[in-house]
Amino acid sequence: MRRAELITAGVLALFSIYLMWKSTELDIGYTRGEGPGGGAWPFWLAGIMLICTGFIAFNALKRRSPPSQSEEPLLDRYGKKMLLLVGGGIFGFIALIDIISMYGAMFVFLVYYLGFLGRHSWRLTMTISILAPIVFFFFFEALMRITLPKGMPFLEPVFNFMNTIIY
Amino acid sequence: MMEVLGNLGDGVLLSIQPLNLMLILIGVTLGLFIGAMPGLGSVNGVAILLPITFLVPPGSAIIFLAAIYYGAMYGGAISSITLGIPGASTAVATTFDGRPLAMQGRARLALVTAAIASFIGGTVANVLFTGFAPLLASVALSFGPPEIFALMLLAFATFVGLGGDDIPKTVFSICVGLVLASVGFDEISGEPRLIFGGITGFLHGINFLVLAIGVYGIGEMLWTIDSTRGKITTTEAEMTVKGTIDDAKEGMRRGWKGTAIGSFLGFFVGILPAAGATPGSLMAYGVSKMVSKKPKEFGKGHPGGVAAPEAANNSASTGAMLPMLTLGIPGSPTTAILLGGMVIWGLTPGPRLFTDQPEFVWGLIGSFYVSNIAAVVVNLAFIPMFIAMLRMPFTLLASMIFVLSVVGGYAATNDMHDVWLMLGFGLAAYFLRKLDYPLAPAVLAIVLGPIAEPTLRQSLLLSSGDATIFLTRPIAGPITVIALILILLPLFKKIWDRARRRNKAVAQGN
Repeated sequence: MRRAELITAGVLALFSIYLMWKSTELDIGYTRGEGPGGGAWPFWLAGIMLICTGFIAFNALKRRSPPSQSEEPLLDRYGKKMLLLVGGGIFGFIALIDIISMYGAMFVFLVYYLGFLGRHSWRLTMTISILAPIVFFFFFEALMRITLPKGMPFLEPVFNFMNTIIY
Repeated sequence: MMEVLGNLGDGVLLSIQPLNLMLILIGVTLGLFIGAMPGLGSVNGVAILLPITFLVPPGSAIIFLAAIYYGAMYGGAISSITLGIPGASTAVATTFDGRPLAMQGRARLALVTAAIASFIGGTVANVLFTGFAPLLASVALSFGPPEIFALMLLAFATFVGLGGDDIPKTVFSICVGLVLASVGFDEISGEPRLIFGGITGFLHGINFLVLAIGVYGIGEMLWTIDSTRGKITTTEAEMTVKGTIDDAKEGMRRGWKGTAIGSFLGFFVGILPAAGATPGSLMAYGVSKMVSKKPKEFGKGHPGGVAAPEAANNSASTGAMLPMLTLGIPGSPTTAILLGGMVIWGLTPGPRLFTDQPEFVWGLIGSFYVSNIAAVVVNLAFIPMFIAMLRMPFTLLASMIFVLSVVGGYAATNDMHDVWLMLGFGLAAYFLRKLDYPLAPAVLAIVLGPIAEPTLRQSLLLSSGDATIFLTRPIAGPITVIALILILLPLFKKIWDRARRRNKAVAQGN
């Protein structure tokens, strides 16, 4: 994990430098009568971040932090698989929201997560996957009056029908 | 004093009005579930359920959220004890002795001790709160921008000095949170600031909920699945009335000292801005172990090791409300979100709140007492059921948490940009968590950022750019000094340890 810690420190250092550079789009100095410029605050904070990454890298080199003493890789096989399946699942969930609506995407995600990842029985998977979006729909749209994304136009008739139940 | 009691009486009456009492019962129960669920803590509960409170008046809304907060403090212990996974960061210390007790088949003793210690901790904190809140509020009235900035500095300093995490990583985390908070528009010049890649979604800034849900709902969950390999083992615990009473007696006989330490220490650590319940419970555990006659039993299943952190986290959770209400400074990530909620409801937390909105403040304080009683009753009644619920397959639990996170991330701002951002934060949080970066400071900082920056700029404007304004003013000065000491504390400790080791080496050499 030591290598991962060093690489992360490097990436975060670059990120800090980017933030410092980005902050200079606004005034980072002190203007008499106006106080510090708009870029000063993020600029100096990013500067502190940069210094911290230096210390983090130094500690990692000296093997002082627990991750740098660990011989385990940052992501072992299980970790990689988990990240791909679970993280990928959430990614797919979010990507589907604009296409098949929040409720449709929720259904697909639950079927995927419970049925494929969790290997639950199809009866349980379908019961939860169908009930959850319906409960969410009535909770958000009817009770809370918060509209969640409805996806592409082809779903309009479905939601028009659902809305007749609410209103 | 009579006035305080009168106000408190009004507050209690207000909080047992049918709507509020119902909200307290629902909130406490929800909180217990949320707190008991690994990966979900009071932060998640409050963050995810915040949008729901726009339905009821602000007074009832905060009572509901405070009840969730209370319930979660009780609930956190449940999974710490039965699963060995802290239900919330505040219950980390509870696993140290709770888990061994459960492994010895004494889960019930641990759970009952936790519930009673929590109740005592909460009660002590409520009494202290009632006594000190108006006092602190009146002091707070004399606070200007330099004082408030000094307090912000203190808040971050407690994280650095008392957090116990890697210092450069903690400081990094704080700064990232502050920088993320400054995305959007520069308040003074009105110019767009830090609009990454020219993406318009950044123009409205980064909502603290997006980061909070990303970190706790996605990052922490991925970490939990990874670190437990998706397998979570439970232990059986039988419930009988007589056995429970016997356990309650034993728990208090062996854990009274821990409870007392936790109750008082927790409250004062809770008041410290940004310290909150997690360091409070860890410190209480440490001190209880330190003063115990049998410190070696700690970590192997001593009820005192369960009582101390549980009393402390409840006490601290009430303590953390004090600076939030009187100074507008949250003492923990959860109170930071509550603070965000109050701002959305149009209430300005801070010294004026007590004079402008007495009904709101005393209603809330009254609800602490009622919530505390409700929480202990609900907790004891539900313990067997919670154990059964936690036997629910983890995939079922995790999928619901992810769904709630995505919906919650969207509902916070009604912008898909923020949902993607939340996923990005979640993934980043997962990797940083694996590398021991503490992430709570970042969440705290993104909430405090919008207060810290303007007060710093106003202060520097007041002093024409002279930074010593933070040291020379009567209230700001001592606060800044304490903050600086706290920041340097780890350094002092290091030097001290080194010197002691050297002395030891010299002594052995002789």
